[in-house]
Amino acid sequence: MLAEKYPEEVKKILEKYPPEQKRSAVMPLLYLAQRDGGYITKEAMKDIAAMLEIAPTEVASIIGFYTLFLDEEAGKYRMQVCTDLPCALRGADKFLEELCGNLGVKVGETTSDGLVTVEAVMCLAGCDKAPMFQMQSSEGLEYHENQTVESAMGLIEEIRRKEQFSQQG
Amino acid sequence: MTEHLLLCHRDIPNLHKLAVYQQHGGFEAFKKAVTKMQPGEVTDAVKASGLRGRGGAGFPAGVKWSFIPNNIWPHYVVANADESEPGTFKDREIMESNPFQFLEGVAIAAYAVQANVAYVYLRGEFWPVAAELDKRIEEMEKAGFLGDKLFGTDYSLRIHTHLGAGAYICGEETALLESMEGSRGQPRIRPPFPAVYGLYGKPTVVNNVETLTNLPLIIAKGAGWYKSLGTADSAGVKIFSLSGRVKKPGNYELPFGTTFRELICNCGGGIIDDRPIKAIMPAGASSAFIVADDKALDTPMDYASVRALGADLGSASVIVIDDTVSIDWVINKTLHFFKHESCGKCTPCREGCYWMLHLIERIEHGEKTKESVELLRSVAKQMQNKCLCPLGEFSTMAVTTAIERFPKDFGLED
Amino acid sequence: MTKQVTLTIDGQQVAVSEGTLIVNAAKQIGIDIPVFCYHPKMEPVGMCRQCLVEVGRPVVDRATGQVVMEDGKPKIQFGAKLETACTTPVSDGMVVLTASEKAKANQREILEFLLTSHPLDCPVCDKGGECPLQNLTLAHGAPASRFIYDEKQHADKRVPLGDLIWLDRERCIQCARCIRFQDEIAGESVLAFYQRGRATDIITNSEPGFDSIFSGNTTDICPVGALTTADFRFGARPWEMKAAASICSQCPVGCNVTLNTRREAKSGGKVVLKRVMPRQNEAVNEIWICDKGRFAHHFTENEHRLATPLARKDGKLALVSWDKALGLVAGKLADAKGEAVVLASGRLSNEDLFNLKQLADGLGGEALLYTQMGGGELTTAYGVPAGTNFAEMGIGTTILVVASDLYNEAPIWYLRLKQAAERGATLILANARETKLEKYSQFVVRYSYGDEAETICGLAKKAHVGEAITSAENLVVLYGSDGLGLDGSSALAAACAELVKSRAGKPNNGLIGVWPRANDQGAWELGFKPVADLKAVFQKANVVYIAGADPFGDNPELTSRIPHHASRIPQHASRSTHPAPFIIVQELFLTETAKLADVILPAQAVTEREGSFTSGERRAQRFYPAVPARGQSRADFVITAQIAAEFGLELEGRFAARVMDKMAATVKTFAGISYRELAETTEQWPIVGRGDLYYGGTTYENKQGLGVILALSPSPTGRGARGEGKPLRPDEDHWLAVPVTRLYDLGITVATSALLKARTGGAHILLHPDSAQKLGLAAGEQVELNGNRLEVRLDPTVPVMVALVPRSMGVPIAGPMVAKIKAA
Ligand SMILES: Cc1cc2nc3c(=O)[nH]c(=O)nc-3n(C[C@H](O)[C@H](O)[C@H](O)COP(=O)(O)O)c2cc1C
Ligand code: SF4
Ligand code: FES
Repeated sequence: MLAEKYPEEVKKILEKYPPEQKRSAVMPLLYLAQRDGGYITKEAMKDIAAMLEIAPTEVASIIGFYTLFLDEEAGKYRMQVCTDLPCALRGADKFLEELCGNLGVKVGETTSDGLVTVEAVMCLAGCDKAPMFQMQSSEGLEYHENQTVESAMGLIEEIRRKEQFSQQG
Repeated sequence: MTEHLLLCHRDIPNLHKLAVYQQHGGFEAFKKAVTKMQPGEVTDAVKASGLRGRGGAGFPAGVKWSFIPNNIWPHYVVANADESEPGTFKDREIMESNPFQFLEGVAIAAYAVQANVAYVYLRGEFWPVAAELDKRIEEMEKAGFLGDKLFGTDYSLRIHTHLGAGAYICGEETALLESMEGSRGQPRIRPPFPAVYGLYGKPTVVNNVETLTNLPLIIAKGAGWYKSLGTADSAGVKIFSLSGRVKKPGNYELPFGTTFRELICNCGGGIIDDRPIKAIMPAGASSAFIVADDKALDTPMDYASVRALGADLGSASVIVIDDTVSIDWVINKTLHFFKHESCGKCTPCREGCYWMLHLIERIEHGEKTKESVELLRSVAKQMQNKCLCPLGEFSTMAVTTAIERFPKDFGLED
Repeated sequence: MTKQVTLTIDGQQVAVSEGTLIVNAAKQIGIDIPVFCYHPKMEPVGMCRQCLVEVGRPVVDRATGQVVMEDGKPKIQFGAKLETACTTPVSDGMVVLTASEKAKANQREILEFLLTSHPLDCPVCDKGGECPLQNLTLAHGAPASRFIYDEKQHADKRVPLGDLIWLDRERCIQCARCIRFQDEIAGESVLAFYQRGRATDIITNSEPGFDSIFSGNTTDICPVGALTTADFRFGARPWEMKAAASICSQCPVGCNVTLNTRREAKSGGKVVLKRVMPRQNEAVNEIWICDKGRFAHHFTENEHRLATPLARKDGKLALVSWDKALGLVAGKLADAKGEAVVLASGRLSNEDLFNLKQLADGLGGEALLYTQMGGGELTTAYGVPAGTNFAEMGIGTTILVVASDLYNEAPIWYLRLKQAAERGATLILANARETKLEKYSQFVVRYSYGDEAETICGLAKKAHVGEAITSAENLVVLYGSDGLGLDGSSALAAACAELVKSRAGKPNNGLIGVWPRANDQGAWELGFKPVADLKAVFQKANVVYIAGADPFGDNPELTSRIPHHASRIPQHASRSTHPAPFIIVQELFLTETAKLADVILPAQAVTEREGSFTSGERRAQRFYPAVPARGQSRADFVITAQIAAEFGLELEGRFAARVMDKMAATVKTFAGISYRELAETTEQWPIVGRGDLYYGGTTYENKQGLGVILALSPSPTGRGARGEGKPLRPDEDHWLAVPVTRLYDLGITVATSALLKARTGGAHILLHPDSAQKLGLAAGEQVELNGNRLEVRLDPTVPVMVALVPRSMGVPIAGPMVAKIKAA
């Protein structure tokens, strides 16, 4: 139950919208649920539906429309490389290919340690600093711009170290 | 006097700090509007300034505000910070580095149409940007620039951020409103326009981030001053997002009427490896192709002149293509984008984008036959003038103009 | 009157009211603009783009505000783009071209787009033959595909959206009609789009899937074969079927339906009922029906149907000829005279009931209505008169619903009241518990079970609610028997009647009974009286002639109260020992009551014969035979006439139409009504069911009659407004068990339709979670109520210490009762 687990956040979210329009809160609540569980579970959908007095089917429909919402489990970190036209004109495709080669995965796949899913995405409004990607995780979303394969691998190493550390700790 | 009017954070360090912004005249314009001007006067000033929307369509901002009816309440202002057109990255820089000027603009627009609540709709990927904006908004509240009884008047205003979640179509204003209302971000039939039937069915002004960021300038320095910048049909300054095969891509704030050559060769430092420039897409992936000949390069970048070249300036996201790039590859990229982003509501766009992508892939994989290319062109033509919203039309612009203007790249004799 | 606007469509001038959409204006003059997403009952969305037409408007001089003239005619300017006829309202002087080269090209091109991802499985598609996509393609489509087959997107073709409806993802053209129907009309948002772009498809996340009692309607309005019913899928091709007009016999709404039949090898060469489709009647069901009406039709073909007369011989039921059976029955009745009792239910038609009443009268016996709900003499006096239509109710009308769960009892009224409320009518719901319609109501009046009549008596004086009732321009009161038996509902009816008395005879005003059966109102009109004490009847009567009722099945206790059959032979031995009556049962099935009968007469089902029903709104409506009669079964009115003839009473036993003529001649409220009049139709809007099926869906056009609302009978002889005795109340250890009605019960129609049975489950009661806790019970566990074991279901809307006992679910309950309930 989001409202019980995150009372402050839920309250803040609902306050943004007129009380008779609380359906507007569906996207922020979905973000909250996703942050909580890594992806949006069926239970979370029902919970949000009940909170906003809409049908669970409608909640599912919204998740389905937007690419940033996940309704199934993926790698803990989703590395989303922009390969759209402006980035591609500056070598994004090659960057992604080499990165995948280094990680031993294909686009869309997750590294063998289950940590990083590598994806190709559409323009992220970072066209002048290609190659670039965003890292999505339960902590949020972070842009990494002007990347090289080395810098990207460095970041992944850092993540791996951090995860190992947190597992041990 | 700073060099920049919108990207002034490049001249003033720490402009994202409230104190710094205030030291440089921050919120004086908003205060002036609220305490010294009638809402209608603000609208009139913006009308007189000639400010046109920077989100792509170039519609005069003041005129749009004047459509807001005064017999239906409440009114809303929504800042369009969805910025998802490939090649556009100006609004992000504004919000990250010069947030208060933008928020002051939102506040001025809200006062002009007497909205007491304004929303900033950001694309979901701007999650960290939104988190920062939330802090700025809080600071404004604390400093008395947002909240009840502003500057001792009866006017009250609140601003909230709202995040999208990865859908280009939500930049289209009616889809954006649907999304804000907690639905799938699919466009509504227009008319009615948002000015009459907008957020929650109420009169709503939707303006682009950059458009709004101009407002403090207009109120502070006057409509006449603003209008004197730029050209007759395109007043003021514009941020050009330059990307592609240039040495120095980035945002460049220039007066309207600056030539393509100036932007690409001077600001952008010319083409990588000094290759010849081949084509320009002046408005991102939605753009028609401009053949980059001398005539084109010397064309001033304003709405009318670019249109005369058979393209649109749109949001001025200039993608530069050199002779190392084959145009059919570019089309493959744009169609990937549109197939991915078509919302699926209307038949021609939903089916057409899917079909076009398959055809360009076939062409890319060697089937550069006259028939395939002709079929691609005819599917694009078949979509035109039928779609529910402009996205479907956008998807065809590059296709038809590429085949027409770069036939060799498609294996066709010219 | 709304302002009229004149425009020209394809050269034809037409005047329509302001705000009319181009597509509808065209339709009115017989021009079909092809549509897929547009449906005349729903908000336009303009998404399929099939309806794009050329639209020109007169040029207006900005300076003068005058229309610019050219060659003596207004100058017309056409837009650069085509416009969607389904979203664009007409305007004065508009010129529309629907068949110009540009418009035609658009239609062709959109069609091609739709077909690029549509499968080519018309030969095996349920919609084949009534599919607009197919029709349009045949008419305008390109001869060959320009698309590469391998690049076509393929998708799942067999997706159950629930147990009733299947989705073929590949056939879906994303018009959203089904989603919009569920959102806008049914008010149950259980369908939605998932994903976007070309990947868009339909999903349901409800539990169970597609959880709506109106789901079947989506298959009618789906313009392609993407949605099909589990009942009919692959059942037959539309053109192979015959159509017969009928009236749904499931509830008092009286939905107009069409029965589709086919002679098929699969059924041994017999003509069988394949599907039930809505038939348009804008004053009754518009173009919709509920799922019970659509799917609960399998009783007709059920193998256990009675096919021959049976008579008891040596204690056992044995086959007899009709002659013999009739002779036997007639002899008994003639002997019994005034001690004969006719017991019939509202399952029978007007004609059947009329003959039964005539027979009883002829004998000097009683004609009793088998019912637990009273007040029919009041609806006969103060019912809604001709000219009444829920569709016209909006601002200014107040609708009061008392003691009725319309969603379960009369689903289409639920829909229509929801819509009336959305148009601005004031909806007041009075009940002891929350019901679904409350969501749309402006006022909710909550009372305790037992206080129904009392509450209504005081309603007019209550602040706000009272005003909404007394000052309403129009007032309609619907009352039912939620939680009530005969006494309670009779008293409630009297209280309700007081509210509308002064408005008697004014259209859109009056009292409506939400009866448990389709023709209860007809029975009241024809003079049947309700029976309060069945036990007494069986103890006193000499012969009981039961038609269309199963009192012993509904209440097994009754059996123990009359001497067992075996001990009743020889009969009429002595009056003083209360001999058992001779029992005649006229039925479809060997019910518990039939098992006790001395003679069983096999009756025809409503699908097999002609007749008429009187709906709760008192609309007499005709139904027609669709399938051949089972075995030797005969129509009820025929049987009754043949019995009467045996002892010299002449009743009409050949033509239902003549029974109606007699009714018209002798029963006041039927005065002047004839079958011909009942068969009259007028133009209805929207236009459905013609060549252009896609416009309104596959709902049938009504060519067989819209029915007639009966005249009012001004002299009621009702009971008082107060019930007899004190209301029953629960206390610390006594529960109040009250009857309620569920749409899907264990009645014979649902029980014989396998698909629906899944939605019913077994015998159960509904308790508030706190009540259940008190008993230490969880949902799904068993309780004992008066010797019956029942499953517990939790429902927070039930008052504490009250148990809702669904009728026809295996537990006898005639009215509220104080009961002991304990964990079993
Ligand atoms: C497919 C599509 C995408 C759009 N994306 C954006 C966008 O990301 N940002 C934006 O400001 N306007 C976008 N627009 C334009 C908006 O619909 C709208 O015209 C604009 O926000 C109005 O603001 P302006 O008048 O200040 O330009 C888009 C339009 C379309 C059709
Ligand atoms: S043109 Fe494309 S994006 Fe716009 S409504 Fe149609 S399908 Fe959606
Ligand atoms: S767009 Fe008009 S019928 Fe679909």
